[in-house]
Amino acid sequence: MSRQAGRGTESKKMNSELFTLTYGALVTQLCKDYENDEDVNKQLDKMGYNIGVRLIEDFLARSNVGRCHDFRETADVIAKIAFKMYLGITPSITNWSPGGDEFSLILENNPLVDFVELPDNHSTLIYSNLLCGVLRGALEMVQMAVDVKFVQDTLKGDSVTEIRMKFIRRIEDNLPAGEE
Amino acid sequence: MAIFSVYVVNKAGGLIYQLDHYVPRSDTEKTFSFPLDLVLRPRDERVVVAFGQRDGIRVGHAVLAINGAEVSGRCTADGKDVLEFLSNPANYPVSIRFGRHRLSSNEKLMLASMFHSLFAIGSQLSPEVGSSGIEMLETDTFKLHCFQTLTGIKFVVLADPRQAGIDSLLRKIYEIYSDFALKNPFYSLEMPIRCELFDQNLKLALEVAEKAGSFGPGS
Repeated sequence: MSRQAGRGTESKKMNSELFTLTYGALVTQLCKDYENDEDVNKQLDKMGYNIGVRLIEDFLARSNVGRCHDFRETADVIAKIAFKMYLGITPSITNWSPGGDEFSLILENNPLVDFVELPDNHSTLIYSNLLCGVLRGALEMVQMAVDVKFVQDTLKGDSVTEIRMKFIRRIEDNLPAGEE
Repeated sequence: MAIFSVYVVNKAGGLIYQLDHYVPRSDTEKTFSFPLDLVLRPRDERVVVAFGQRDGIRVGHAVLAINGAEVSGRCTADGKDVLEFLSNPANYPVSIRFGRHRLSSNEKLMLASMFHSLFAIGSQLSPEVGSSGIEMLETDTFKLHCFQTLTGIKFVVLADPRQAGIDSLLRKIYEIYSDFALKNPFYSLEMPIRCELFDQNLKLALEVAEKAGSFGPGS
C-alpha cells in the first residue's frame, strides 16, 4: 500500500503483510476477549464505523470527488476510487435490485484475509466485518444511511467475497447548508 | 503577513479551531507623565480612549499593556484597577500600550456561529437550485474565503484581498485536518482541535501559501 503521489509528500509504502498480521491479531484478540462470534462481529462493525467516519474526510480531501446524486454513482465511486485508494483492489459491481437501491460488490481477493483460514469453532465469525462498518460510517457522514453485509465469503468456502449494500434513506438532519 | 486567520467550524456551527497569523500593526506604546492627556473610559470589559487622539493612538483603542505587563480587562497584571492606577501621580512615568483590542475567544465563538447561520443564507437566496453557501466575503481590508466539505465542516480563511491561491490553501487545510486531527485516535470528532501536529503543519502551510501567492491574480 502506498500514499497517493499527488500529495506532494514522499509516498510511504507499508508492507501489506504487516497489515494482514495486524488485522489478524486484532480479530484473534477480540475472539479471546468476547468468546462468542456474534459479539466479535458487532465489535468489528463498531470499530469499522469509527474508522469510516474519519476515513471519509481523508478520502474526500485526497480524491476531490463531488457529491454523488444517486446510488449508482455512489457504487462507482466506492468500487473504482475508494477501494482502489485504500486496499488496492477494484471490486466489480453487480446484482442491482430492480429499484436501484441495492447492489453487490464482488471482491476477487480480499487483502485482509491473505493466509487466513477460519477454524470450525468460529464458523459464524465474519472475519472482514470491519469493512462493513467502514462503509456504513463513511456513507453516514455524507448523509446516506446504508446497510452493509457480507453474503459470500471465501473464508467460508465460497468462490468470491460478496458484500451487499442497501440504501436505506438519506439522512435529513444536520444537512450541510446548500444541500437540501 | 497576508493571511490573517484560520477558523474551522464543525457541523453544528461551533468553532473547533482558530488561529491568528498576523502581527497587529496598530499597537502603539508610549511613555506618559502625569497628568495623562488622553481621556480614558471603561467600555465593556476594557478601558478605551474616549478622547485625545494623537501619535497613532486613536479613539477606540484599548489599553493593552501597562509598563510591559498585559492588562486583563479593566485590571492590571497585578490586579489593580487600571483607571485608579493611572490617576495616581506616584505611578508615573508610566508606559502604556494602546491598540485595537483583539477578539476574545467567546467573541470568536459567537462570530463563528453567526457565520455558520449566514452561510446558509447564501444558498437560500440563490435563484438557482443547489447553490453553495457563502464562499467569499469581501471588505476593504480583508477577504474571507469559506470552503464547506461534503460532511459539513467549514474551513474559513481571512486573508489580504490581494492574496492568491486561497482555494488551494483551503484544500490543503482540509488535508491537514484529515491527517493530523482525524488520524489522531485521541481526537474526538466535532470537538475543539487541540493537536500540536495540526497547529505546526497548518502554520507551515500558511507560510508556504503566503510566499507562493502574493503575486498572482486575485483568487
